[in-house]
Amino acid sequence: MTQAPTSPLALGVDARAAKLGESVLRRRRVALLRAGVWALGLWPTLRLGWLAWRDGLGANPIEALLHRTGDWTLVFLLVTLAVTPLRRLTGWNVLIQIRRPLGLFAFYYASLHFLGMYLVLDQTLDWEFIWEDIAERPFITVGFAAWLILVPLALTSTRSAVRRLGRRWALLHRGVYVATALGLVHFYWKVKADTFWPLVAIGVFAVLMAARWWARRVARPVARGT
Amino acid sequence: METDDASNLERPMLIRRPDDIPSSEITPEHVYLNRRRFLGAAAAGAALAALPSRLRAGLRSAAPRAGHDRAHGPSGGVAGRATAPGLPQKDWSKVRSELDEPLTPYEDVTTYNNYYEFGTLKGDPVRHAQDFEPRPWSIQVDGLCAKPGHYDLEDFIVPSRIEDRVYRLRCVEAWSMVVPWRGFPLKDVIDRAEPLGSARFVEFTTLYDPERMPGQRRAVLDWPYVEGLRLDEARHPLTILATGLYGRDLPNQNGAPLRLVVPWKYGFKSIKAIVRMRFTEEMPATTWAMAIPNEYGFFANVNPEVDHPRWSQKRERRIGELRRRRTLPFNGYAEQVASLYAGMDLRRWF
Repeated sequence: MTQAPTSPLALGVDARAAKLGESVLRRRRVALLRAGVWALGLWPTLRLGWLAWRDGLGANPIEALLHRTGDWTLVFLLVTLAVTPLRRLTGWNVLIQIRRPLGLFAFYYASLHFLGMYLVLDQTLDWEFIWEDIAERPFITVGFAAWLILVPLALTSTRSAVRRLGRRWALLHRGVYVATALGLVHFYWKVKADTFWPLVAIGVFAVLMAARWWARRVARPVARGT
Repeated sequence: METDDASNLERPMLIRRPDDIPSSEITPEHVYLNRRRFLGAAAAGAALAALPSRLRAGLRSAAPRAGHDRAHGPSGGVAGRATAPGLPQKDWSKVRSELDEPLTPYEDVTTYNNYYEFGTLKGDPVRHAQDFEPRPWSIQVDGLCAKPGHYDLEDFIVPSRIEDRVYRLRCVEAWSMVVPWRGFPLKDVIDRAEPLGSARFVEFTTLYDPERMPGQRRAVLDWPYVEGLRLDEARHPLTILATGLYGRDLPNQNGAPLRLVVPWKYGFKSIKAIVRMRFTEEMPATTWAMAIPNEYGFFANVNPEVDHPRWSQKRERRIGELRRRRTLPFNGYAEQVASLYAGMDLRRWF
């Protein structure tokens, strides 16, 4: 990593050097932010892995892994959706740099949840039952649809895909709102009676969507896009 | 099946495993454990060793985990007053169900519970029920019966009929356990109350006391919890009131001091911490059936053919096993109880 200009020679020598220093500082901040995102993103995996290893997931570890990876998927989706409103609120534009890794972590946990925990551990790849689940049980259908929507978003998250798709990229990536909404319905339909946490998550989502609506309608009535 | 009181005690059937197998025929525990460990390792290869311990244990699903990482029975099993009128303590690691299933370890039976009175997560009851004091305890018996009454727990139970019974417990959420309950036939206390000819159902109520049951401070369900049985179901010899498990008093999180156990029905029928028993003519309005009528019925017989609207009931995960197993009609007790429902449309009366 580039050293920040700590030498007295670099300070205030000329405008160009100052500007350079600022950009280095900025890059440093971005790197720090990204490191934070990676730490946050890997933390649940490390913790769940450790707990599974140490027999710390209770009597039904497969169910625990299934539920917790699902929880983290929703957490990362909501945190990803919080980036833009937060950026607008604080004016801290550097936040845009962590939107993609956060979104990819959401997809990573969604895949861990669906592919790893549901298909492999929970259903042990018994396709007969898996197809029945997906086809006949709305709560699973909806969760599966949410994951499916996230797949093309993850695949088109590279810089080159953004360039290639142009305006269509932004349109495609609005799919994240649909996926999150379906994920929340999946969560809500899953619980038996205690809807406290699903409602909390739905509330957070509602606030984040309202912030977008507000930004479009009130703050910048002419501006387009998200 | 006949319901002659005395003969049931002697019957090995599925009620309990005979304990009189000569010890010479029993493979020493360390031998079979080693054998299973070897077979498991040979089958799955080196990858097995990399799996977390619970999942490893799951792969050796048939092996009781006694002597492994988890104690099979409670350590130092001293049974409590009300539940152990001279019944000897067993070596629980050798006890199996009538289908030759090993018992679910004591630790799992007592830490993974659905008991919303103490919280809605599986780990909540064991945490929130520790300070619950299940004594003194009394039970109201009323409704359509000749001899209603108000009993102290010690007077209510029938000590002479207490015995250990190994039952499968199948939760409506598609997981299951094998539990050695200690209890007595519900029939005994029903007969004592002398229900009237008009009585067709018996309704049970759980204690309502938000001070002692913190889960009741939130209106997750319509408290108090109510369950019920048709009178013939209630009188069936498989239906028991449990006062203990693994040879000792019921832990608070398992429904102390007194709970119902109806092994061919989904677990939510087996109401915990019972304070009232009432005979009725009308079908009781039971808690889950009232809360979500299209998902939970009054009968709630374990039935792989009738799925829960949100998930399949064809298979279940036995706690401690990795792969789901097929669910048996009436949870494996069809031979004993299917006749109770002859002519009934079990899709309608789920």
